[in-house]
Amino acid sequence: MKRLLLLVLFCWPLASGAVEDIYQFDSAADEHRFRELLVQLRCPKCQNQAIADSDAPISQDMREQVASMIRDGRSNEQIVDYFVERYGDFVNYEPPLTPQTLILWLGPMLAMLGGALLVGLQMRRARRIARGEDVL
Amino acid sequence: MVAELGHFCLWLALALAVLQSFVPVYGYTTGKPWMLAVARPAAMLQWLLLTVGLLALAWAFYSHDFSISYVAGHSNSKLPLGYRISAIWGGHEGSLLLWVWILSLWGLLVSLLRGAVPKDIHALVLAVMGMIGIGFLCFMLFTSNPFDRNLPWFPLDGGDLNPLLQDPGLIIHPPMLYTGYVGFSVAFAFAIAGLIAGKLDPAWARWARPWTTVAWAFLSIGIALGSWWAYYELGWGGWWFWDPVENASLMPWLCGTALIHSLAVTEKRGLFRAWTVLLAITAFSLCLLGTFLVRSGVLTSVHSFANDPARGAFILAFLVIVVGGSLALFAVRAPVLRHRAGFEFLSRDSFLLANNLILLTATFVVLMGTLFPLLGEALDIKISVRAPYFNAFFVPLTMVLMMLLVPGMSSNWKKQEGRALLKRLLWLVPVSIVLGVVLVAISGGELPFVAVLAVVLVVYVLLAHIVDWAQKALAFRSGLFAGARRLPRAYYGMVLGHIGLAIIVAGVTQVSFRESERDLRMLPGDVATVAGYEFTFAQVVDRAGPNFNAVRGIVPVTSNGRLVTTLHPEKRTYLASGQVMTEAAIHSNLWRDLYVALGEPIDDTAWAVRIYYKPGIGWLWIGSLLLGIGGLLAATDRRYRSRKQEETDAVA
Amino acid sequence: MQSRKGLWMFLPLLAFLGLAVLLASGLGRDTEELPTALAGKPLPEMQLPSLMRRGTEVSNELFIGHWTLLNVWATWCPTCYVEHPYLIKLAEQGIRIVGLNYKDEPDKAREYLASLGNPYMEVAVDESGRYGIDLGVYGAPETFVIDPQGEVVLRYVGELNDRSWQQRFAPVWEQEAQ
Repeated sequence: MKRLLLLVLFCWPLASGAVEDIYQFDSAADEHRFRELLVQLRCPKCQNQAIADSDAPISQDMREQVASMIRDGRSNEQIVDYFVERYGDFVNYEPPLTPQTLILWLGPMLAMLGGALLVGLQMRRARRIARGEDVL
Repeated sequence: MVAELGHFCLWLALALAVLQSFVPVYGYTTGKPWMLAVARPAAMLQWLLLTVGLLALAWAFYSHDFSISYVAGHSNSKLPLGYRISAIWGGHEGSLLLWVWILSLWGLLVSLLRGAVPKDIHALVLAVMGMIGIGFLCFMLFTSNPFDRNLPWFPLDGGDLNPLLQDPGLIIHPPMLYTGYVGFSVAFAFAIAGLIAGKLDPAWARWARPWTTVAWAFLSIGIALGSWWAYYELGWGGWWFWDPVENASLMPWLCGTALIHSLAVTEKRGLFRAWTVLLAITAFSLCLLGTFLVRSGVLTSVHSFANDPARGAFILAFLVIVVGGSLALFAVRAPVLRHRAGFEFLSRDSFLLANNLILLTATFVVLMGTLFPLLGEALDIKISVRAPYFNAFFVPLTMVLMMLLVPGMSSNWKKQEGRALLKRLLWLVPVSIVLGVVLVAISGGELPFVAVLAVVLVVYVLLAHIVDWAQKALAFRSGLFAGARRLPRAYYGMVLGHIGLAIIVAGVTQVSFRESERDLRMLPGDVATVAGYEFTFAQVVDRAGPNFNAVRGIVPVTSNGRLVTTLHPEKRTYLASGQVMTEAAIHSNLWRDLYVALGEPIDDTAWAVRIYYKPGIGWLWIGSLLLGIGGLLAATDRRYRSRKQEETDAVA
Repeated sequence: MQSRKGLWMFLPLLAFLGLAVLLASGLGRDTEELPTALAGKPLPEMQLPSLMRRGTEVSNELFIGHWTLLNVWATWCPTCYVEHPYLIKLAEQGIRIVGLNYKDEPDKAREYLASLGNPYMEVAVDESGRYGIDLGVYGAPETFVIDPQGEVVLRYVGELNDRSWQQRFAPVWEQEAQ
């Protein structure tokens, strides 16, 4: 078996040419953008999967479309907008900041600020107690 | 017959749960000790009954009793034995039985290991656990009975277990995860018992703390196992998808992490009592919320169970009773808990407050991101939230957490001398920066700023803990190793937990910034180079499995002319359901995974092949394992095992 | 002071009750359905080969001046077989239906229409699925209502039958009749 494997290893690399990437790009930066976009775009047909991790035909088409738009030199923003125009905000896993999504983006920050305020008050009170000052 | 026995046991268990819940509470309010004494035997017997129930379902699977709808829906005569057993929790009804059984197991353990807990509080704890048991037993018996029969016309063969679940990871992932989830019910029960009895002092924290830590340890391992399973089974190389189901387990984990830290403050300093109780209630509420999200179909997810509004309504009602009730109890009783004890701005107490603030903000981010699509539906907009949103918050939060972790861990309770802390940080910070930058440079260079910062923080946390450990061990003046042996387990628990976090962050950073991936069209004989490894797509063969037919690629991998491994990715077609599954092939070592998955055949001979090089991914599992081990070590510290300490406390 | 402090303690309860209302609102809702992003916008520019009239092209002009149903279908789509008789019934009632043969093999599609009957006044061929993306289609069958100005009024995903017609299409369609 091992010998067979070695034979395989020695023969095949010589026999074959360069292998073909399914999605080809001019630069590593473009390829990187491609990967980013695949994770950001949602497969409209699937149950909550990005087009990066779904085999649904629509995901394949969308991947193809993303690749060809990158090759055409479009920016990430243009590509996301292209799909949002057609499928709605639903396909974008990075919700835009609009009046309706304000709580989504600002909520955690407000919660943290509010929490920090409470923590600060608690600390001030605790310090007064520690220093033996009177607290209400 | 066996199934009827199992079903009957569930009803008996429900009856016992009712006894276990209400008799002790009545006994407590009327001061009748014999009524309090009912709780322990009831809890033990309940475990016994549910064990019989679980075994009955196991028997139904083992003996291919397809007259039971649950078995018919989740098994098949060709399903291998191991998966037939794990199929018990492969669907909604059976996994619920596992849930309830694990709850009874925790009940058994609590009733056996009373330790120094006074009898009345102990009985109340068991009573609260009994109430949770009532809820889940009713849920199972009225909406999701695993023993329902399909009579008289039942299928001759089963529909098979979802092929995604036919995997060793799924044998252990749910039991681990549920042990963690359900374990928070113990912390919750202690919180409620403490609120009722008005006893939430350091002694209370000492009773509740080991239970909470063990639950947290199991939850950590359970989540990691789930992530590992998704990584190798889904075939896309992803390890965390921010799916609602994953988020459902992350929320109690984050809140539970805050809880184990705040319990430390309550135990050592008697502070933050109301806060700790609120966290204990919240952590378990988030477990229940997770159950609701996964089983009601309100959110779209890959992993959710069958969509059934009736079930959702039941859990929601239960959720409102349990959480609403306990929060109301909290609101009424919490003002009694006020305790006057102070600390300076610079103190371990303050740093732990900051820790809680960060962890709860993180919990809130997950809650917001998970539920916002639901809110969107109510506002009539369709919104999807995933990685870009969560990462935007989690990256900075984790970093701030790590920055504060070191001064927090190095500070004294109540008051920390500023100069001493500064002295430590003054060498630690520059050394970490230099070491971190050097590490980045020699491991391949050039990373974005966040990644370099993450590496620096990892070094900083690791270094701080090693030095702290050495200093503490040497302080015994009996040599490093003899001293190391004298350090308490709880200390090792903390160190392992923090090191585990650092290792996870190191792994995430590597895999996020240094992975490479290629989607290829390969003919037999083609060679692809990824990250210096040559993958030869040697040939494709057919293989027959026990209940599937597979097409199997043979992919020898070489590096510098030497054979590293031969990978066998498969495309399986399961016979019973006709479902096609991608079975990725992975070669792991400490530094990286090589990952090959077969896509679709492109034409007669060519295949779509995905090849991934995943550096540092194994560190995620190692780090999580350290969290688990750390938790178990901390929970078995000597002070929880001896009763003497409690008695001295009681006198003082 | 004490009583005000006490009221703060009700805050977690209130927050939770709000959450519970939100959760309750989600029960029983269909999480799968997607609205169209195209409502009120013109049909994306169409330049596709015709399935039956070989060598000719189907363009947006076809939709100007009439109310039209645009039905996305394919021979690989099981539900399309189910709704096909209903489409024929609609066509017999004089409703104008244009087909979009989506990601299919034209030969198979012609065979399908030859054996099951042809409810379409015209069928545009979108073999690559590119036009489907323009339309925001993610599967088949899907049916759009296009108004005489060539704008998208409605999109429906799933089987077209008497029930879905009465519920979703009839209100729009009857408006047109007046």
